[in-house]
This record gives sequence, C-alpha cells and structure tokens, in this order.
Amino acid sequence: MTLLKRALAQLCTTAITLFGVAIVVFFVVRVVPGNPIAMMLPPGASAEDISRLEALYGLDKSILHQFVIWLGGAVQGDLGTSITTRQPVLELVLSRLPATLELSMMALVIAVAIGGVLALTGTRMRGTRVEGAIDVGNGMALSVPDFLWGLVLILAFGVLWPIFHISGRASPTLDFEFATKFYLFESVLRLRFDVWLDLVSHMFMPALALAIPLAAIIAQLLKQSLKETMHLDYVTLARTKGYGENSVILREALPNAILPTLTLVGVQFTFLIGGTVIIERLFSYEGLGNMAIDAVINRDLPLIQGIVILFALIFTAVNLVVDLSYAALNPRLRHG
Amino acid sequence: MTPFLQISNLNVTLGQTHPILRSVDLTLSEGETRGLVGESGAGKSMIGKAILGTLPSALRVRSGEIVLDGEDLQRLADKDRRRVIGAKAALIPQDPLTALNPSKRIGVQITNRLVDILGWRRKAAEARAIELLDEVHIPNPDRVMRAYPHELSGGMRQRILIAAAFAAEPKLIIADEPTTALDVTAQKQVLKLIHEMQQRHGTSLLFVTHDLGVVSKICQSLTVLYSGLVLESTGVDEFFATPRHAYSRALLQATPKYTDPDASLTPVPDPVIEATQREVQMFDRKQAHV
Ligand SMILES: Nc1ncnc2c1ncn2[C@@H]1O[C@H](COP(=O)(O)OP(=O)(O)OP(=O)(O)O)[C@@H](O)[C@H]1O
Ligand SMILES: [Mg+2]
Repeated sequence: MTLLKRALAQLCTTAITLFGVAIVVFFVVRVVPGNPIAMMLPPGASAEDISRLEALYGLDKSILHQFVIWLGGAVQGDLGTSITTRQPVLELVLSRLPATLELSMMALVIAVAIGGVLALTGTRMRGTRVEGAIDVGNGMALSVPDFLWGLVLILAFGVLWPIFHISGRASPTLDFEFATKFYLFESVLRLRFDVWLDLVSHMFMPALALAIPLAAIIAQLLKQSLKETMHLDYVTLARTKGYGENSVILREALPNAILPTLTLVGVQFTFLIGGTVIIERLFSYEGLGNMAIDAVINRDLPLIQGIVILFALIFTAVNLVVDLSYAALNPRLRHG
Repeated sequence: MTPFLQISNLNVTLGQTHPILRSVDLTLSEGETRGLVGESGAGKSMIGKAILGTLPSALRVRSGEIVLDGEDLQRLADKDRRRVIGAKAALIPQDPLTALNPSKRIGVQITNRLVDILGWRRKAAEARAIELLDEVHIPNPDRVMRAYPHELSGGMRQRILIAAAFAAEPKLIIADEPTTALDVTAQKQVLKLIHEMQQRHGTSLLFVTHDLGVVSKICQSLTVLYSGLVLESTGVDEFFATPRHAYSRALLQATPKYTDPDASLTPVPDPVIEATQREVQMFDRKQAHV
C-alpha cells in the first residue's frame, strides 16, 4: 500500500471513530446525575424559569432529538454554545488547544530525549552497573503516576529550590503582546528568547511530570530492542568492517531497533495527552484539560462534548502520524 | 614466504576456564585457500571470530598470538585493531538473509567500509561497488545499488555480500559456511564465484565447511578441528591420500564421494570419537601441569 492509500484508509477510520465517540459522550453526559440549569439558577427558582432556560439550551427536547441537532451543527463546525460562558464552544476549545499542544509536544520531546539517551547509554554499557542503575530508575519512574511526579517536582523545584514557576503559562508581568495562542512557537519565531525562557520556566515542570513515565517506557523498550538487534548478523558484519561500538549502535542497530518502539510511543503519547487534564489543573496551566475540569464541575454539557471530541481528534491524529512515520521509516512497507 | 596469517597457541575460554579453542596453530600464506573442517560445535566459527575480533562477550582470548600481515592483533589498541582488520580482512557470512541491514540500501552496505573506515571519496567508492557487483554477475548494478535487501533473492544477497567482502581488496577472507543457507543450485554457483574471485584477487581464504568434497575442489590445505583442538593440519593432496589422524580417516569415510551423490553417509564410529575425546582430555591434563 502506498502512503496515500494508507492515509485515506486512516481518514475513514477517523471519521467513524469520531462519530462513535460523539454518540457515547453525548448520551453519557446526559445520563449522569447533575443538571446544568440547576447549577445556574439560585436555589428556589421557579419552575417557569427552569423550563425557559431549558428551552433556551434545547434541553427540553428528547435526547435523540438533541443529538440530531448537535450533530447537524457539529458537521458544519458549530459545536454549540457554552452554558457557563455563553461563548461558542468551538472558539473556546480552539483558544485553549495551542497551550495543551505545546505542553504535550514539550513533554514528548523531553521524554524522547531522556528515554533515548538512557536507552543508548544502557546499550553501550550493557552488563555493567550503569545498565542496572538505568533499569532501577526506569522501574521507579514507572511505578509513580505523572500527577505524583508533578507534586514531587513542585516540592523540589518550586518550594525547596525554587528555580521554576509552579503556576500559569507565562508571568503576568511579561511585557509582550502575543499575536497567536502558540506562545512558545511565536516567541521563537519572533526571536524573543527572554519570552521563550519565561514560557519554558513555566512549562518545564508540568512537561517533565508528563514526560517521566513515557521516558521510562522509551528507555526500557528501546534498550531491549537495541540489545536484541546487537546480536544480529549484520551488526557483527559491521564490526568486522572496522566500526566501533558507538557507530555500530547508532548506525546499524538504532534504525531497526527504533521501529517496534515507535508504535508503542504513539499509544503512550495519547495517554500522556490524557494526563494533561490533571497536570494542567495541578500547575494552573490554562489549557484544554484545565478547561475540561471546569466544564465538568459546571455541568457545561456542550463544552464537555466539544473538549472530548477535540481530544478524540488529537488521539486519532497521533495514531495517523505514528502509522505514517512507521511506514516511512520501514523500507519493507514503503515499497511493498 | 612468511605466512600472511599466523595463529599460534591460541587459547579461548568460556568464562574463566572452560576451553573453547585449545592451543590452536594455524597459518595461511598469501593466495592460499585453507579448509577448516570439524563437526558442529568444534570451534570453527570461533577461530574466525577470534581473528576478526567478534567473539561473543562470554568468550575470552586467554593466550596466544594472531599475527595478520605482520601485526600482532592482540597487542594493538582496540581502535587500531579494528582498523587493521577492516582494511586487511573481510568476512563472507553464513546466512545472506540476516547479514544485510534491512533498513539500508545495498550500495551503502558495500561502500561504507571504504568511505567510513578507509577514507575513500563517496564517488570513488560507488564506482568501485558497481564494478564489484558487475564482477559477481549481478545484472543492473546501478539499480541494485539503490535496492533494499528485502527486494532481492537469497542468492543475489550472497553475491552482494561477496562483492562487499572484496571491496577493500582484503588480503584475507574468512568464509564461514557461505553456502549452507542456500539451495543446491545457488550453492554451486556461489562456491564457484568465491573460488573465482579468490583466484582473481589473489586473496588468502579461510573456508569453514562441513563438506570435504568442497575442500577437495577449492582448497590447497586443510585443518581438522575437534572440540577446539587441531587434530591435523596438512595439504589437501596428502590428506586425501593418507590422512594421519584416525578421526580424519573416519571423517573421510563418512563423506560421500561427490561423484556418487547416493553414497550413504556413515557417521564417525564411536570408538574413534572416544579415542579422540581421550586425546582432548589428555591435552587438558598436560595444560593443567604447565
Ligand atoms: N555465545 C556463546 N556463548 C558461549 N559459548 C558459545 C557461544 N557461541 C558458541 N559457543 C560455544 O563455542 C563452541 C564452538 O562453537 P562454534 O560456533 O565455533 O562451532 P562450529 O564449529 O562453528 O559449529 P557449526 O558447524 O555448528 O557452525 C561450542 O561448543 C559452543 O557451545
Ligand atoms: Mg559455525
């Protein structure tokens, strides 16, 4: 299959997946107890007031009818209006999306960097104490979930040795007008490295907390895969040509060992994005996840739906990218 | 003439003491082809690996010398040793399906030794690779240079590995059962090709095999190995006329004449095996006393 065909097939799957997610979310949020109207009105509001508001938000119709109306809007890019802020849901979620994307990407970069270096070091030093130490570290990193790492980091680098900011996305005193919501990218493109530094010192701890478990998984899996590859005949043949240990690992083993790791990293990266919900809350980082928690607390049904759909879209996009890069890196799939 | 490869008194052990190679002596003059025979597990491959510096990590060279073109390999620093080996020796591996890197194009896998280790220009190395592919009868060398291993047949891949082995005009080639993974017709062709290339380039060849028929066809000398001990090292003509060791005689009887493919394979008889094992034990006892 060519790359194009694969991409098209993926696109169809994506559409079906999103539709399924939409159905599930729509019904689940309406079945769980808690009424958005009751939360908006003072206690003792009249039945008349309640039914007026219900009619305003279309909540007086049957669930199925509501779904058809919502779906009709959704396919045209209208995800409804937030009950709490009265703003279009699409506008709201899109305004928060860049913050979450930047955080996730930063976490991914950190995870790949740490995990990759550990895997390569562990392979280079296989059978020594260094490898043992890396294994122990991996085990520890994996046995603690990301939000606890967040607390540990806040304690370490926010309180005991305060070198990073522990809340928000940028310092309020920052003298800079952003033209987009992609603050980090924008600061780089506009060559404002002072701004970039401020953003990074806010983002670093939440990103690191998200990255630690993924880094451990990458380190473990890639090291295992590298060690297996190091025994293969073509690696031995490369040694007889005169290559040293480092070149053999980087040039011969790595390009092949990376493939099985890649697929799993894709899956794990979606978990990481899921982890932003709690982590953003913990670090008061104004992203989608933080907004999701507010939406749930306020029973803001249209907003919850919009956020979940957006997350589902991101997940399928990640899977698509992983699938395509796997095919691009593996010559067997490129031509087959 | 001084031998191009001289191995003397080479001892390789597994862990601290378990012997894998027992005081092996082996020489190879320029242009000579020596067969290395012995049953499975005798240590044939380990001799090749010891020369090329690719022994498994559990195995250690305990003592002995490996002199390649005047350089005592054991005395060189790792980096220098790798360079000497990369420049002067090459391996034709056993299994062409696993010996090529699946994620690299054929061209790179032939030229990389020349470019990365020996400092050739890429253009020159590529021209050389195409020349070599032509020499091993690969049609459309330009196209094959850009192909990936999975696009080629096993026979093709073994030809490519042969071409790659000859890339730097090595003076020594070690071929470790280079045909056992191939089907019968490909076996004959590949054997002929190795012989042809070796003759044309005047390379010394250490040919590891189970097949005495092959030895009689392409080798001038041979070494018989049993349990890491050299039983007999002699010229091919002498060996086939008057094998000295009882194990060699049994081995010769066990080999069907290649003119008569239906001849049944008789195993080496038990008394001969037992006598040979005693010889190995005696050797170990003598070593322990030194
Ligand atoms: N990685 C390893 N670790 C420990 N021992 C090994 C290892 N590889 C081989 N050996 C041992 O070394 C001895 C010699 O093995 P070697 O591969 O040289 O045999 P061989 O003569 O090449 O046999 P074959 O004809 O099957 O290829 C065997 O007894 C084997 O058990
Ligand atoms: Mg072998």
